[in-house]
Amino acid sequence: MSITSLLFLSSGLFLGWSLGAQDASNVFGTAVASRMVRFKTAAFLCSIFLTLGAVLDGVGAAHTLGTLGSVNAIAGAFVTSFAAAFTVLMMTKLALPVSVSQAVVGSIIGWNLFTDSVTDVNSVVKIASTWVACPVLGALIGALVFAVFRKISKKVKFSLLHRDALLRFAMIVTGAFGSYALGANNMANVVGVFIPVVPFKDFSFFGTSITPVHQLFFIGSVAVAVGVYTYSYNVMMTVGKGILPLTPFASWVVVLSQSLVLFIFASEGLEHFLASHGLPTIPLVPVSSTQAVIGSVIGIGLYRGLAKNIEWNVLLRIMCGWIITPVITALVCFISLYVMKNVFDQTVFVPKTYVISREVLNELKKDGILQKGLEPMTGKSYATQKLLVNEAVRLIPDLKNATTRNILNYAEVIDVRITPEKIKELPSEIFSEKQIDDLESLAGRRFMHRWEIENTLAAMNPEWSLLPQSVLNKKKNKQITEQLQLVEGIFKWE
Amino acid sequence: MHLSKGLSMFYGSRVLENKIDEFLDRISEAGLIYRKAIHVFLEHGVTEDFVTHAEQIGHIESRADELRREIETGLYEQNLIPDLRADVLNLVEDLDRILNAYDASGYRFTIEQPVFPSTQHPDVLALVDSVTNSVEQITIAARAFFRDFNSCRDYIHKVRFYESEADRITTKMKRAVFTSDLPLANKMHVTSFIDMIDNLADMAEDITDRLAIFVIKRDS
Repeated sequence: MSITSLLFLSSGLFLGWSLGAQDASNVFGTAVASRMVRFKTAAFLCSIFLTLGAVLDGVGAAHTLGTLGSVNAIAGAFVTSFAAAFTVLMMTKLALPVSVSQAVVGSIIGWNLFTDSVTDVNSVVKIASTWVACPVLGALIGALVFAVFRKISKKVKFSLLHRDALLRFAMIVTGAFGSYALGANNMANVVGVFIPVVPFKDFSFFGTSITPVHQLFFIGSVAVAVGVYTYSYNVMMTVGKGILPLTPFASWVVVLSQSLVLFIFASEGLEHFLASHGLPTIPLVPVSSTQAVIGSVIGIGLYRGLAKNIEWNVLLRIMCGWIITPVITALVCFISLYVMKNVFDQTVFVPKTYVISREVLNELKKDGILQKGLEPMTGKSYATQKLLVNEAVRLIPDLKNATTRNILNYAEVIDVRITPEKIKELPSEIFSEKQIDDLESLAGRRFMHRWEIENTLAAMNPEWSLLPQSVLNKKKNKQITEQLQLVEGIFKWE
Repeated sequence: MHLSKGLSMFYGSRVLENKIDEFLDRISEAGLIYRKAIHVFLEHGVTEDFVTHAEQIGHIESRADELRREIETGLYEQNLIPDLRADVLNLVEDLDRILNAYDASGYRFTIEQPVFPSTQHPDVLALVDSVTNSVEQITIAARAFFRDFNSCRDYIHKVRFYESEADRITTKMKRAVFTSDLPLANKMHVTSFIDMIDNLADMAEDITDRLAIFVIKRDS
């Protein structure tokens, strides 16, 4: 186990800690602030369930390495994690609830700026839209759920203490589910990027094999749990009390409506279920649990006619926090990368090459992405995305963002070599036997572009071909894309 | 530890609910005995029967004190109804004060043995009826607050009705006492007892006012 690996892992744990300090407030904040659940109980349950979520359910998603996957050098991943965690720490100190995943995207933007990579405009638009759309959805759903359950609670005669026990039970169950989902969905973002450098070994525990990834996720969960115990209390109080003091009933409604917002507007599973039963689907929008919680609190406050009791200045501070988080993170990341590269002489990114060859142009034409316009660039190679894009925009001034991303994707030189030794590393739970056979039959082949290997595999076996874009095919296409990403990652020639 | 706490959540609430019920039963019971005691006192004076009734109220008061302490400890130890806990504690303590007043009143009758003019006996009984009715209604209102708070307002209204009735009888009686030929010392003594009895209804009304606020709070 090298000291460097441990050092790099430390920033992942720091990010885990910040996730715990922040996101526990989304699942248990209102319950703790309304004094229905003691902080110690909430922290204990949150830690246990998020660890279970991360270890049992999060490992499956880890193969895609989460959002930080685009950062291709471990020192770079260290810095991007550090920048995100540092900003979240600052926000936590100010007791402001912010989205950790938005801080991570801010970090990636900083990394992109430093490495002259092109930032996907969609990810920026996605963040900005959650600042508005998510609180609005949270408010609407929050008010609706509050109204419905209030009516029900008036019809059903519960005694004061029985109602109290039921609410407490509901809060604990909802919080436990929320914590499980938090661990399952976010642990890959926190430590997933460190999977290639994980210094652990396989071991057996009561006959069950515990893989290094499981161990890494467990350690990540411990870091999150430490975050929950040490720093989440203040953020919980801001969410559950700072904006508007909530009754226990309203507190539970906040947690429930937050989960509903995520389930209705962000669940691909629900979208697939509706489409497969011939029902109209609900458009998926980018949502964040932090913003949904705040929206729900406001929605319930407005529904109860307590607009004048809402601490609008606290809300304004929170919203400012949302906006400045990615900005500060990008800045901190950029400066830290500069220091890491020039002072500590570390490789913060692996340079990539982009080549516009005749084959690339033909492929773009064949796939209907770009018919003409880039011919003067034929045979040229570019050291950064920016250089390629600048020239492409000079030739085609009205180049669209999506087209640009496709051109970069087709032009990127990846150098993938299928070797028999690496074939053994393919996880059998992700690939079918036939798919592994396909790769075995390609042993010794070398691919310079992503589309080359994708086309070759698709021609061999329909299991590798992406299906036409539709709601029903979304899940399958996602799975195929993940498989292709994994193939690229495993066979990449270092 | 946390799991067992979770499982005992419903059991703990049920136990506490039973204690609150018993506490309210005690107040109601004390009212009935008080009424009986005054009947005995007016008819026979401080007899063994009267003393037994006064002692019964004393025992009820002691048991209610125990229950009050258990309810208070239970609410805090099990962290129950955090938003309304202070209100519930106030309510229980206020109700306990009524019991104390019943108890003190019984003993005062035993010691001071006031002499009510026989013409006023029906009024004393009417006053005691109104007062014990108002206390009875406040216990029903309090029970409704715990069980079915939507009906709480109906009982609150009744408490106010019986309290005004008690005030009306009190004024009438005091006027009659001061226009009678009784020596001033007796007049003062009798009116102090009338005030003491009427004070029970006033206490019930004060609790009602607070309970009305708790209901609004719980409803929001």
